[in-house]
Amino acid sequence: MSAVSGRVGVVLVSHSRQVAESVAHMALGLAGGADVPVAPAGGTGDGGLGTSSELITEAARRVDRGAGVAVLVDLGSAVLTVRTLLAEEDELPPGARLVDAPFVEGAVAAVVTASTGADLDAVAAAAAEAYGYRKA
Amino acid sequence: MTVALDADFFRRWMSAVSAAVDREADRLTELDSAIGDADHGANMRRGLTAAVAALEEGVPSSPGAVLALAGRRLISTVGGASGPLYGTLLRRAGKVLGDQESVEPQRLREALHSGVEAVAQLGSAARGDKTMLDALYPAVEALGDSGDDFEAARRAAEEGAETTVPMRARRGRASYLGERSVGHQDPGATSSALFFAALADTAGTAATGEPA
Repeated sequence: MSAVSGRVGVVLVSHSRQVAESVAHMALGLAGGADVPVAPAGGTGDGGLGTSSELITEAARRVDRGAGVAVLVDLGSAVLTVRTLLAEEDELPPGARLVDAPFVEGAVAAVVTASTGADLDAVAAAAAEAYGYRKA
Repeated sequence: MTVALDADFFRRWMSAVSAAVDREADRLTELDSAIGDADHGANMRRGLTAAVAALEEGVPSSPGAVLALAGRRLISTVGGASGPLYGTLLRRAGKVLGDQESVEPQRLREALHSGVEAVAQLGSAARGDKTMLDALYPAVEALGDSGDDFEAARRAAEEGAETTVPMRARRGRASYLGERSVGHQDPGATSSALFFAALADTAGTAATGEPA
């Protein structure tokens, strides 16, 4: 690809719509209002607790700028649904990747790193690195 | 006697699963309220209702396509972990069956075995973890070399689900409960047994020619 390619997109998948939206808000805020495409995909389609594959695929398409999409998940069905969508070739944009990272800290690290124009490998590595920071 | 396993057989199987889940939804939810988040009955009912509706809109022409479509609908409508897990089971099995118009029971057994392996891989789980695998593995094995011992598979799945009672959960939300998960039957293993009960019922109906 020539010219400047787009930023890596970030999708935040949580069982709760509020958690996904709040973590997106927090990550963008801590990234200094950076120009990173971030989309929450929280809860079920009707606003309940759970996982919606449709919300995830919509979010991934929305943030796809051709530079890859880092997908962060909280637990359980969020993990399994994204793994399942990735196993199907056509469900998520090419370059979408499930990132093994803690949800909140990983989201902040991913968005901040993506804001520097880093590629998907670097974004995923930064998010995963958040596991290594001990708090006590 | 060999039962013809064509697309219609698989469609009727999925309808029978849906009916069984509908009947047992309260029990599944009750089991799930003991060690899970009390949504298994409602989630499975929603997913299977959607799967059956999709199959009635246009019956796919092959067994593999029936399972693939049903699996896809489960993934997009269940909303809990059972969606991707059962969706993967059916889709992988459907993929193995391919686009043949009808399949031998041995082939179905191979396809289901492959599907169960895919579920184990997706959930990073094994037998003994107190999951649906504790019903699915014994059921597929009980189908036998000929692949058509559906009644044995029904019994093995039910017994397998019962073996989860004394187990300590090692996967899913129930695993957070540790020792407190002991003494409860796993809801996923219980719904897995319904899949095999429905398979036996569908095969029995096909063999006698009686409508359900």
